[in-house]
Amino acid sequence: MRVALFATCLVDGLFPDVARATVRLLRRLGHEVVFPREQSCCGQMHLNTGYSAAALPLIRRQARVFADFEAIVAPSGSCTGSIRHQHADTARRFGDEALAVAAEAVAARTYELSEFLVDVTGVTDVGAHFAHRVTYHPTCHSLRLLRVGDRPMALLRAVQDIELVELAAADSCCGFGGTFAMKNSAVSSAMLADKVAAVQASGATVCSAGDSSCLMHIGGGLSRLHVGARTLHLAQILASTRSEPALV
Amino acid sequence: MTVAGKTYLGMPTAPPGVGQLRGDESFPDAAETALANGQLRRNLANATSTIRAKRAAVVAEVPDWQELRAAAAAVKDDVLAHLDSYLVQLEARVTERGGVVHWARDANEANRIVTELVAATGSREVVKVKSMATQEIGLNQALEEAGILAFETDLAELIVQLGDDRPSHILVPAIHRNRTEIRDIFLSEMAGVDCGLTDDPAALAEAARRYLREKFLTTKVAISGANFAIADTGTLMVVESEGNGRMCLTLPDTLITVMGIEKLLPSFTDLEVFLQLLPRSSTGERMNPYTSMWTGVHPGDGPQEFHLVLLDNGRTATLADERGRAALRCIRCSACLNVCPVYERTGGHAYGSVYPGPIGAVLSPQLTGVADNPSLPFASTLCGACYDVCPVAIDIPKMLVHLRERVNQDKATSHRLPTPESAGMAAASWAMRGHRRWTWLLRAARLGRLARLSRLSRSAAGRRLLPPPLSAWVSSRDLPAPPAQSFRDWWAEQ
Amino acid sequence: MTARDEVLARISTALGRARGEAPGEISGAAAIPRRYRRAGATAAGEGVPAGVGHQAELVELLVDRLVDYRATVTRSEPAGVADVLAQRLGQHRIDSVLVPDGFPEEWLGAVSAERRTDDALTPAQLDGIDGVLCTGTLAIAETGTIVLDSGPGQGRRALSLVPDYLLIVLTSDQIVAGVPEAVARLDSGRPLTWISGPSATSDIELNRVEGVHGPRTLDVILIQAARPGF
Repeated sequence: MRVALFATCLVDGLFPDVARATVRLLRRLGHEVVFPREQSCCGQMHLNTGYSAAALPLIRRQARVFADFEAIVAPSGSCTGSIRHQHADTARRFGDEALAVAAEAVAARTYELSEFLVDVTGVTDVGAHFAHRVTYHPTCHSLRLLRVGDRPMALLRAVQDIELVELAAADSCCGFGGTFAMKNSAVSSAMLADKVAAVQASGATVCSAGDSSCLMHIGGGLSRLHVGARTLHLAQILASTRSEPALV
Repeated sequence: MTVAGKTYLGMPTAPPGVGQLRGDESFPDAAETALANGQLRRNLANATSTIRAKRAAVVAEVPDWQELRAAAAAVKDDVLAHLDSYLVQLEARVTERGGVVHWARDANEANRIVTELVAATGSREVVKVKSMATQEIGLNQALEEAGILAFETDLAELIVQLGDDRPSHILVPAIHRNRTEIRDIFLSEMAGVDCGLTDDPAALAEAARRYLREKFLTTKVAISGANFAIADTGTLMVVESEGNGRMCLTLPDTLITVMGIEKLLPSFTDLEVFLQLLPRSSTGERMNPYTSMWTGVHPGDGPQEFHLVLLDNGRTATLADERGRAALRCIRCSACLNVCPVYERTGGHAYGSVYPGPIGAVLSPQLTGVADNPSLPFASTLCGACYDVCPVAIDIPKMLVHLRERVNQDKATSHRLPTPESAGMAAASWAMRGHRRWTWLLRAARLGRLARLSRLSRSAAGRRLLPPPLSAWVSSRDLPAPPAQSFRDWWAEQ
Repeated sequence: MTARDEVLARISTALGRARGEAPGEISGAAAIPRRYRRAGATAAGEGVPAGVGHQAELVELLVDRLVDYRATVTRSEPAGVADVLAQRLGQHRIDSVLVPDGFPEEWLGAVSAERRTDDALTPAQLDGIDGVLCTGTLAIAETGTIVLDSGPGQGRRALSLVPDYLLIVLTSDQIVAGVPEAVARLDSGRPLTWISGPSATSDIELNRVEGVHGPRTLDVILIQAARPGF
């Protein structure tokens, strides 16, 4: 299948390894991956902070850049959630019905990575190898906006030599919340402290998730507290093989 | 005359200076104080985890929960779409059955009406059933200024009143107190309490029983709120646990009920939906111990004088906001508070309003106008747990985002210059909408600057050099080390 | 402009109606999606959880729910009610008992406690009585709820509230499965009291504690047949 990668602005600029891993994984599964270079950002931060007028050009760009692809894959639950639940709605509010229709069409073909793998390609064993102790934070938008359910865990369970350990209160928010992390830094930090403690208690050396934004927050906390665990995106674990192992 | 609050689309909001819908400080500042209180955080974590588990268990018993939610949302939307017709219908039914209906534009008018009604009875004391509406309007204070003493009879309200405290939860106003703290409040503030009182919850309940019994048996006037009012029958109802509600609703001669205009249900039949949703969502019980329903005055049974005060106080301003209107579906179950990770850490006081938690972050700014509660819509990570448990399916995250927009618009119109945040958002949007600009920016940012910031975030001395909003980020988190190249540059090289 | 007219006008404007435009007709039940289990469906067993639907099973479910909420349930054959009732009062050392008008006389044959009738008793006088007996209007199995409507055998609302001990006699044919069946059977014009277990509070650390202002003991006698004379 010809797949368009929507890297997301955060991954593109700060976590390119996640996008490279996504490309490697998709190619290994036999897909042709293209990266439309006119892409930038889905506008989620603007939308969720209450600046929809500033998001509108980004929504327009997203709808235009990805109009012609059969499948668009993003290594992010929250960006996929924004595209699926906010783009058309916002366009309509600004009275742009044509954009709303275009955004709906793109949204219908945009998948979060685990959705794409499990639902579109029907694969749970992606042939990965990762010999580490891993715990998984399901992230709120994947869990409650996209309802990805057990898909990421099904993919992880099929990884060779992985040791999956349970994360206590896994479905509790990590406290990132976009600009919340700055505007309500104290509450965000308190939530992070509990999440970091849960990761530490799990005994995992790797905390994984499907969203680099949550992982940036959790990873920043793990690093600050020298917990001895690091973060890796789901794509990086799934891309890992014996011959090309993910760096931990 | 009443003093109107600001207006939204021509609808006056709840007036300032009366009642409790506005805090003294912003949510982030108040939250920081709350977070520093370790006892508070333990109390909240214990209580919310207990109630979350109970709720989940009894909701799982109901196979048609989602269908009930859908019906409840539709029923409340129907009420809102025809609110005037239903209110007129309710008024007619209550009047036919011997009740008297009063209308109050806002808190001041409602307080005046109730004060005059109590004064007319000649009584200087009233017993009260826990009611959010009367807390919202600050009725107890208004009564006190008129020389009338109000006794809160709900156990948690009593704890708050005796402790000279503020409520911190819609359903359990003293959720921030544990049993030992409650015992200490009783020992120091409750007249005639046994000095050997233990912190056993049963002993504490017994102490409250003894303390209030005399009041119930002798007080001639009661004030209540209402959980629901049935438009086509004129039936009012109060859902409770302790029996204090029944005492107030049946023993006094006069009953005054203060109710927000949105608390209607069209027909008695609709109770088949709401009496399944409310108890399971609120206390996590299949059914609350006591529910009382009355229609006007029942000769020879209960109060022979009944007054119903219908309160606007910013509700029509909320109704006027098409995208925020659904918040008026709220039945005050507080399930959203109990699952909220923010509420669980801060408790209710940080919200500054009698309506805390996710729904409070929506309702409070709606009732007061966003200018008076600008930080509340941002007091959420948008994690969505609140929407999942809401029995009337209010999409709270979506409402919060909508209100954030209104806050920003309000700031834009009241400040001539753009705020730093809005300027930053506009700049980011401009940079991201041209891919060459964006590609260049990612390259420029990577060159040195990000690496330096990341290094600074890793030492206490370095962190002090970082400006906001980075300084907020690095308070608990290191910055990621920047990559050697952006993904798009790597891709271009391939 | 009166407050009434102003609030009504605000609502009309808030809903986007033009000045002077009449409010829309109340749409009524038709527009509501009622795909949940309703009274009719439950009686037919449609969409009902396993175990609910037959009267015998309803009895078991109700007893389970009542006991879960710390009520005591004693089952009785119609002929044995008087003895069971006297035995329950004796066990709780009820020396004075309030008997509402219309409470079946044949159930009182073995009662030795002082019998009081409701001669417009004041709240304080009610407080001086140990316990109260009453019949019920119906009971809801799924939620363990007993509904009183102040009818014969029940008396006014204060009676079942003030004395510390409450004994309700129910017959098994008064049990319905769920809340929708109960709502369908009740008369909204009467004062209604829904009781689920003894008085309780969840205000201390959100844990349920029995016994606050209402009767701290709820005793239920469940007659396994129709009530005599009804």
